[in-house]
Amino acid sequence: MALNNFCLVCGGTGCESSKADDIFKNLRTAVEAHGLTGQVQVVKTGCFGFCEKGPIVKILPDESFYVEVKPEDAEKIVAEHLVKGRPVKELLYKTADQVTAKTEEDIQFYQKQIRIVLRNCGIINPEDVQEYIARDGYLGLEKVLFEMTPQQVIDEVKKSGLRGRGGAGYPTWLKWTNTSKTPADQRYVICNADEGDPGAYMDRSTLEGDPHSVLEAMTIAGYAQGATKGFIYIRAEYPLAIHRLEVAMKQSREMGLMGKNILGSGFDFDIEIRLGAGAFVCGEETALIQSIEGKRGMPVPKPPFPSVSGLWGKPTSINNVETYANIPVIITKGGDWFASIGTATSKGTKVFALTGAINNSGLVEVPMGTTLREIVYDIGGGIKGGKAFKAVQSGGPSGGVLPAASLDTPIDYESLTKIGSMMGSGGLIVLCESDCIVDVVKFYLDFSVEESCGKCAPCRIGGRKLLNILDKITKGKGTLEDLATMEQIGFAMQRASLCMLGGTTPNPILSTIKFFREEYLEHIEQKKCRAGKCKDLVTYTVIADKCIGCTVCARKCPVNCISGERKAPHVIDQSKCIKCGACFDACKFGAILVS
Amino acid sequence: MNTMNINIKINGTPVTVPAGTSVLKAGKLANTKIPALCAHPDLKAWGACGICVVKVEGSPKMVRACTTEVVEGQNYITHDPDIVETRRTTLELIMSNHPNECLTCPRNGCCELQTLSAEFGIRDVPFASGVRRLPEDLSTPSVQLHPAKCIACGRCALVCQQMQDVWALEFLNRGDQTRIAPAGDVTLAESPCIKCGQCSAHCPVGAITEVDETRKAWAALRDKSKEVVVQIAPAVRVALGEEFGLEPGTLVTGKVYAALRRLGFSKVFDTNLSADLTIMEEASEFIHRFTTGGELPLITSCCPSWVDYLEKYHTDMISNFSTAKSPMMMMGAMVKTYYAEKAGKTAADIVSVAIMPCTAKKYEIQRSDDMRSSGAADVDLSLTTRELARMIKQAGIDFVNLPDEPADSPLGIYTGAATIFGATGGVMEAALRTAYYMVSGKNLTSVDLVAARGMDGVKIASVKIPAGGKEIEVRFAIAHGMANVKVVMEQVRAAKAAGKELPFHFIEVMACRGGCISGGGQPYGSTDEVRAKRTAGIYKDDKDSVIRLSHENPSVQALYKDFLGKPNSEKAHHLLHTHYVPRPLYVK
Repeated sequence: MALNNFCLVCGGTGCESSKADDIFKNLRTAVEAHGLTGQVQVVKTGCFGFCEKGPIVKILPDESFYVEVKPEDAEKIVAEHLVKGRPVKELLYKTADQVTAKTEEDIQFYQKQIRIVLRNCGIINPEDVQEYIARDGYLGLEKVLFEMTPQQVIDEVKKSGLRGRGGAGYPTWLKWTNTSKTPADQRYVICNADEGDPGAYMDRSTLEGDPHSVLEAMTIAGYAQGATKGFIYIRAEYPLAIHRLEVAMKQSREMGLMGKNILGSGFDFDIEIRLGAGAFVCGEETALIQSIEGKRGMPVPKPPFPSVSGLWGKPTSINNVETYANIPVIITKGGDWFASIGTATSKGTKVFALTGAINNSGLVEVPMGTTLREIVYDIGGGIKGGKAFKAVQSGGPSGGVLPAASLDTPIDYESLTKIGSMMGSGGLIVLCESDCIVDVVKFYLDFSVEESCGKCAPCRIGGRKLLNILDKITKGKGTLEDLATMEQIGFAMQRASLCMLGGTTPNPILSTIKFFREEYLEHIEQKKCRAGKCKDLVTYTVIADKCIGCTVCARKCPVNCISGERKAPHVIDQSKCIKCGACFDACKFGAILVS
Repeated sequence: MNTMNINIKINGTPVTVPAGTSVLKAGKLANTKIPALCAHPDLKAWGACGICVVKVEGSPKMVRACTTEVVEGQNYITHDPDIVETRRTTLELIMSNHPNECLTCPRNGCCELQTLSAEFGIRDVPFASGVRRLPEDLSTPSVQLHPAKCIACGRCALVCQQMQDVWALEFLNRGDQTRIAPAGDVTLAESPCIKCGQCSAHCPVGAITEVDETRKAWAALRDKSKEVVVQIAPAVRVALGEEFGLEPGTLVTGKVYAALRRLGFSKVFDTNLSADLTIMEEASEFIHRFTTGGELPLITSCCPSWVDYLEKYHTDMISNFSTAKSPMMMMGAMVKTYYAEKAGKTAADIVSVAIMPCTAKKYEIQRSDDMRSSGAADVDLSLTTRELARMIKQAGIDFVNLPDEPADSPLGIYTGAATIFGATGGVMEAALRTAYYMVSGKNLTSVDLVAARGMDGVKIASVKIPAGGKEIEVRFAIAHGMANVKVVMEQVRAAKAAGKELPFHFIEVMACRGGCISGGGQPYGSTDEVRAKRTAGIYKDDKDSVIRLSHENPSVQALYKDFLGKPNSEKAHHLLHTHYVPRPLYVK
């Protein structure tokens, strides 16, 4: 019996944690129960990107796009859609104006996206190499091995204009050239999968959804640079990605796509996985190399650059997951095609992890040059709960916080740097009026301080001093001098830190002192936090006139600090209040005043 | 090696430097001082402190002078208001986490952080203090760790790992919780530490110091019921002057004797005499092994750090170790037996003090029961050169203007062969001078064994000695800087394993680079430049000596005649030899 339908279930980490695995199993059981075995194939794919609405199930060939699916919906999907051919309407996505979207094409979230890196995510079974091959997988490798010289490969990458997606934007072809030109008996290629920015999961999703694309790209990179050995440095916190890579590597070896004499070409290349223990600094390439070598992950000064003296002193090129994922397509479709997408200096697409106070959080891939406004409002669907936009934090803890005035900035390497942020690896966190800038910056500083390797004095000591000052300010104990002190420390850190972790740690502070100075001043001079996030600056009181004595707040209070007779105004004991805001959320009468 | 020259500018002034030179060093060559805290000429630049930042003209970025190699045609800006401000902030950040208790710090007056603070005119640290009150490690008799003062520059760990290959010290934790401590967070005594004290010699601040025992020395001198006798090691005489403003390498032997006498020591003896004694014992031991098919190669054992290292890392070589004690311990044994007998005293009546360039000597005096061959501690107290300098200053002695005085009889006369014990290769050279005589019955025509000298980490050569009509070849190897010993030991092991002829018959090892002249207890500031000057002082002392062969030392000859019998006699064995035991690591 021929296959009539495919039932694609998102198998990304996000959806898996929302029971996608149960959905998958239930769908299989239901398919079997309805006698559709052999006619319907249930496939677990990589991430669809629309994480806000996960778990996602997609039915082929009609492309029905089910969102927020629960395990118990499986039976309905099979019974209604697959047996009777009637899509389950209530599981389909509804647009902002309540129109039911049938397929992805009808969903605004997808309309401005171009998927190159994520081309196979949500489409193929990442654990089946045949599906990758069916989507032109390993075609690039075959072309490279049999039709191109290593130099031609590098030339093609040069034509594409591809730049490193790890953050700094170094031209990939140049990195490869530098490595290949250094005389050596052994060279290495490394895939940096040590994605560590809070909120970023582009690389994880790529590896979970399309591991072969990275393996193929690394093999191509090895061929181009004369390297026979590759390492994937991936954080141990990514067990699913690691598992899928291991499965993929086993399959490629079995099919002669990796190992000795690949496809009979005479070219040898193999890959090893090295697990990182989760130190953010190990995403810095020299620290990463130290870690692979079994040493403490601390950056070492450059030069020498890894392309000259890298892993075990051999020429080494390190590219990030997203950079690699572009390579096979550049080879099959050509550098000119790739260069036709994007801006003059930034080619292709960029994947962002869009999170925060946004309606459609998820993984988005847009052409370079797309504006922040398009991402926030068109793709992201605007701010959650109709609140006012405040800022976008881009580039992770190393990036900057950009105000509304920056919304029309086209996203490319140069433009973001010019306005005091950076491309970074691609985290985009949207902040709204209920977010306190000082509090958000404190969060990032806390992260950077925790993740400092401790080697160089400016970062090790400066970061902690900055965090202490921020803490003071959020407690209402800051002074105007503190702002100047933070700038003094921040500038010294930018100039004198050994690596970019330390050099960019003050970015969130410096950019917000510039763009949101008035919020700092409110905290310092008026001891006020307009967003109500800084607990020490917030007081919750009951407005006696509005309180009807329903006792809901008293019952919700986790520390029992609200008292009062039934049907009489209640009182909050300020000495016990922990400022959690539970009373405010619970009160239906607007009787809790936050000041 | 790249010998190409590169033309650059330092602040606009043209200068030509060898390719591969760092901007920091290029600045020095152009008479421009770039301040730095973590960089040290002995170590591969590490780039931790962030003080040495400079600019390359045309770029607003700052780079580290220590880790940046010069590039042809560049103009490096080493000072401008922006750079000075950045350096000052970094310095203030470092100081904000430092206790700043200069008055009671052992490094008061010789601290690199203090000097920088003075130069930058820091009057107030604008950042809230973040000093961590970490517990001190007082577990070894040699060096102490004061982690609250540590600025995490990393020099000690790099010295311990790269120069010494000991791996006792490591970075623990991360971020601002980073601290340098014995790996595995054991105590220093439980760690592989060999007490060489190079960490303390390289520490820019007071975070690692020698165990100061000057008050014990003063207490002994105050005790009227005891006679306090002192000995000074070869390397002390070419370095102590630095503490009083003299050039490194200035020979101050006579002034040291005079100063010690003024401090109240009753007899001033010289470790050099017992170095001659060591040669008599060790050369005899070598010839005995060489001629009777005994265990070879013979490995020297004067360096207590090397002894400790071998007992930890090269236990399979224990049988190759010379059983001869170090010159200090031999002198101690002679003081408490031979001298005591002559003076009509018992060992218990005498306090035996040693002035050494070394922190490990403090450990050696209590290493095993063999160190009490006289029945009491053969050496009661071992002070470093730095401690002696402090005592001289405390006594208000005008060291530079002291008259030269002789050492005391009967343990004060030494030969040129003994004085070169202070430099790498010196023990080998001295031993071979005497071995040549013992085997051939003749003295070398030229006693200078140049192949044994110099700063190469491993030196390999051979000497031919005429023996009964034919010639025997003695192949030797010399290693200094503990990390260099591995390659020598591996060569021996490989030959033994393959059943091949031994690559060497005789091996000299000294733990510290350059030998004792830059031991862990020497005046601060040892660099290759300083080492070269001290070494020159040592060889000048040898050259200027009337007697340059240990076997010709009349006092040593008298010692054998009157007291010990002959080398390797039973009495000599009891008093002058020791044995070794494996000391496994990380066992509780």
